[in-house]
Amino acid sequence: MSGKPVVLALQGVSKSFTQYRSNFHRLAHWLGLPVGPRSSADVIRDVSITIHQGESLALIGQNGAGKSTLLKLITGTMAPTKGSIEVTQSISAILELGLGFNMEFTGRENVRHSGGMMGLSPSQIDALIPEIEDFAEIGEYFDMPLRTYSSGMQARLSFALATAIRPEILIVDEVLSVGDAYFQHKSFAKIREFRNSGSTIILVTHSLGDVRELCDRVILIEKGAVVRDGPPDEVIDYYNAVVAEKENAKLSIEQRRRKDGWLHTEFGDGRARMRNIDLFRPGESSPVQLVSVGDTLEVMSVIEILSPMKELVIGHRIVDRTGHVVWGTNTHHSRQVLHDLETGQVVNSVLRFECDLGPGSYALCFGLHTQDTHLNDCYHKAENQIVFEVINTNRRFFIGTSHLEAEFTLTVDEPAPVAAYQAG
Amino acid sequence: MNAVVRSFVASLPSPWVSSLRQLKAKAVRTAQMSWQQRHFVPAAIAGEFRSRVVRSKIGTLWFVLHPLAMALIYVLILSEILGAKLGGVDKPGAYAIYLLAGFTGWSLFLEVLNRSMSVFIEYANAMKKINFPKVFLPAVVVGGALVNSLLLFSAVVFIIIFYDYFPSIHWLGIIPAALCSIFLALGLGLTLGILNVFSRDVGQVMMVVTNLWFWMTPIVYAKTMISGVALSILQVNPMTPVVTAYQDAIVYGRWPDFSSLAYPALLATGLMVFASIVFWRASPELVDAL
Repeated sequence: MSGKPVVLALQGVSKSFTQYRSNFHRLAHWLGLPVGPRSSADVIRDVSITIHQGESLALIGQNGAGKSTLLKLITGTMAPTKGSIEVTQSISAILELGLGFNMEFTGRENVRHSGGMMGLSPSQIDALIPEIEDFAEIGEYFDMPLRTYSSGMQARLSFALATAIRPEILIVDEVLSVGDAYFQHKSFAKIREFRNSGSTIILVTHSLGDVRELCDRVILIEKGAVVRDGPPDEVIDYYNAVVAEKENAKLSIEQRRRKDGWLHTEFGDGRARMRNIDLFRPGESSPVQLVSVGDTLEVMSVIEILSPMKELVIGHRIVDRTGHVVWGTNTHHSRQVLHDLETGQVVNSVLRFECDLGPGSYALCFGLHTQDTHLNDCYHKAENQIVFEVINTNRRFFIGTSHLEAEFTLTVDEPAPVAAYQAG
Repeated sequence: MNAVVRSFVASLPSPWVSSLRQLKAKAVRTAQMSWQQRHFVPAAIAGEFRSRVVRSKIGTLWFVLHPLAMALIYVLILSEILGAKLGGVDKPGAYAIYLLAGFTGWSLFLEVLNRSMSVFIEYANAMKKINFPKVFLPAVVVGGALVNSLLLFSAVVFIIIFYDYFPSIHWLGIIPAALCSIFLALGLGLTLGILNVFSRDVGQVMMVVTNLWFWMTPIVYAKTMISGVALSILQVNPMTPVVTAYQDAIVYGRWPDFSSLAYPALLATGLMVFASIVFWRASPELVDAL
């Protein structure tokens, strides 16, 4: 990655919004008089990021963390208060919806108008319009005023226009979440196509699934500063832990990369502890790491109660290599919540399941918490605790993460007896 | 030549040199960016005209009809009812032509002033989403206003031909006057427009001020009718020589007093410099406040 040229370099970038005592103070400050702002709110603090050509990067973080402001700084619509931003290539940005669309214009007129304002010549736009119309797939609405559009249709049009020409750097700010599943899929395909042709992608999204699918690098922003910068699984698991931490008071977060490449993240408030957890074939005494498609397996857990609690829910999840959840449930949903546990009690849990997974590497996660998710009180939770490998030894070849009982039925019809008809 | 420049630069204090270098780098970058995105201006102007037509039948004609209707009202009230006469000209309709000439000059000034006061707010959406050189915005304002002014001008030509007045070579004298009024309006309007982003009161106050300004400019009445304090107000008003130049050309068919335009030209230059400084200092904060 580092061999590729740097396309975007942010160095010590800070942005603060200033407030003055009055507009006269503001004017005086502009004219160079010694009047300072009354207060300033830092939105971005000392951010340094270097992005190389062809990287696809996601900015994640909670609402108000400063992601969109950072994108505006990169795009250049906002100026940084401190620091420098060096951009070496053309940027196409889809910030929020619309690209400055006019609600009264038709889709076609808006494409001409906004396309021109983006710097395209009239003849360039004319050449691109069929393609844009085709990609947006909004039918006759393309010649209707924008005010009659749904927000999804606006998103389609703005995405189609912004990606009509392959930009060196594509910035997408949460636009994709508005479109329907079909268009999201289509936009992802387009973004992937750009990525494969060497464009640099910067994405802001709250859909962590998108991040895992599209990006090879994730930056977690919190309170305007870069908290984590690294590969998707590492940053996303840390982010999930941070989200849980916000909900729970005292949590400690631990993160380390296992030898097999999986990232192990563990946190909790310590009121209960998973003393032991492992994967077995029923009746066997040593844990398994290599299983066959269709094997019956048991997750055996031993949980220590370290302080009295009203409620305990035990949950398990299985995730694949990319972090997608393949399956998961907990004792809240199976209506087996344990109540009023005392310090020193030990809970034994056995989860039996048919391992109808496709061949590949999977990880088992667990959570000890209250109610239906770990966002409530979280006692102890670990991502990627046990890693196991599924191989296909006794089924016909198939791909994917699920084994389905499936069968083809084929029939071949003989050609219609035309000659017999003529003879009759 | 280069050596002279270099030795001159070397003689300057070093903080000056570094800020000059920064300024030069910034100017080069802005110029490159402007060239890359040059299609912004025509697209934005076309968009403005289209947006005027989109929900009204005669759209952009309103810009012409409005001053014409105003002139008609003044002609009716002042000339027909109150019997006002324009001193020095005996031709029929002289007062009506005088009014039209003044209105034509004033409406260009007023449009550039009003539009540059509101342009940052109108283009807030684009400024937040598209990175373009901000100098394009005044260009859009002036471009749009010039088109409108030409439309009004053709309507005026059409009307005065009915009154037996004809365009002459002296009409070229209008060009420097128009330029003065554009830059006066731009210098004032951009400064106020930037303030208007932070406090919308500015726009409201200016509505009253421009109304008053109109009456302090010899458009409805002639300068010769005025004396005393009112006359000295007219002499301070930079729009007086501008409007007079329009009237000289259209009504009297003579060259304007070009030396009288020195004052508005000088003032326009000063206001433009001031506006540029404010614009340069304010532009980082501008998008934040929109």
